[in-house]
Amino acid sequence: MKSAVIVFPGSNCDRDLAVAFEAVTGAKPEMVWHRDTELPDDIDLIGVPGGFSYGDYLRSGAMAARSPVMQAVAKAAERGAYVLGICNGFQVLTESGLLPGALLRNAGGHFICRDVSLTIENAQSAFTNRYDAGETVTFPVAHHDGNYFADPATLDRLEGEGRVALRYAESCNGSARNIAGVLNEAGNVLGMMPHPERVIEAAHGKTDGRRLFEGLVEGLLTRA
Amino acid sequence: MKARIFVTLKGGVLDPQGKAIHHALDGLGFAGVNDVRAGKLIELDLADGTSDEDIDAMCRKLLANTVIENYRIEKAD
Repeated sequence: MKSAVIVFPGSNCDRDLAVAFEAVTGAKPEMVWHRDTELPDDIDLIGVPGGFSYGDYLRSGAMAARSPVMQAVAKAAERGAYVLGICNGFQVLTESGLLPGALLRNAGGHFICRDVSLTIENAQSAFTNRYDAGETVTFPVAHHDGNYFADPATLDRLEGEGRVALRYAESCNGSARNIAGVLNEAGNVLGMMPHPERVIEAAHGKTDGRRLFEGLVEGLLTRA
Repeated sequence: MKARIFVTLKGGVLDPQGKAIHHALDGLGFAGVNDVRAGKLIELDLADGTSDEDIDAMCRKLLANTVIENYRIEKAD
């Protein structure tokens, strides 16, 4: 199984995500620089990490979404590779059009850095199959622009198609319908603001995030 | 040739920055400010003959996120 983590100038959760991938796959992911134009043909899993890519210039994730490597990520996603975008990675995926909607400045105007309770809305997806539907988990968030926005018709479609993977148990940043994570139509791309990679081992204080990565790997093994 | 691109949030999209500015204006004692919306001005210095289509494409592909923003192009020679 081959995994990769994309690294943009200003990424700062890339190594945490690499540790999480290695913990469940047993192999170090390839760290792929934003200028690279290709990913390995047989890549199974791609992480788009958190951080402040390109200093969040113009809009969060806007410059990263237009970087050369994102064309390769889009191609891999189309082929069926799993793509997980966390925090800034979620912003990059919406800016690149791989996921619908946009992430606006938090409604309260403040940077929010704390643990939040999340409800697993769709426990069937490749990313959430190790959780129970309706289960509450705790992941940390650390973002300024996490306020999910999409027009009402798009929101209705996402809900109807089970593409809202996670929801904040309580209002957090002003997100429409408390949406914390969304899937693409094919279900192989997930973007989420909370950080599962920060809660994968006992030393982190919580391990709620580990099952997300374990479920992904299990899915890949059974698919192969 | 120069072009100025005005990028503004669509109506109905929350603007916490505008709200904060509004609040600060209130604090300074300016009465009668009904609402504040903040946007961006991007100035482009372009090769002469750059087509309108190209400028529009720049806006759509990068300068504005049309999910949440509108843009207006103002050309000046």
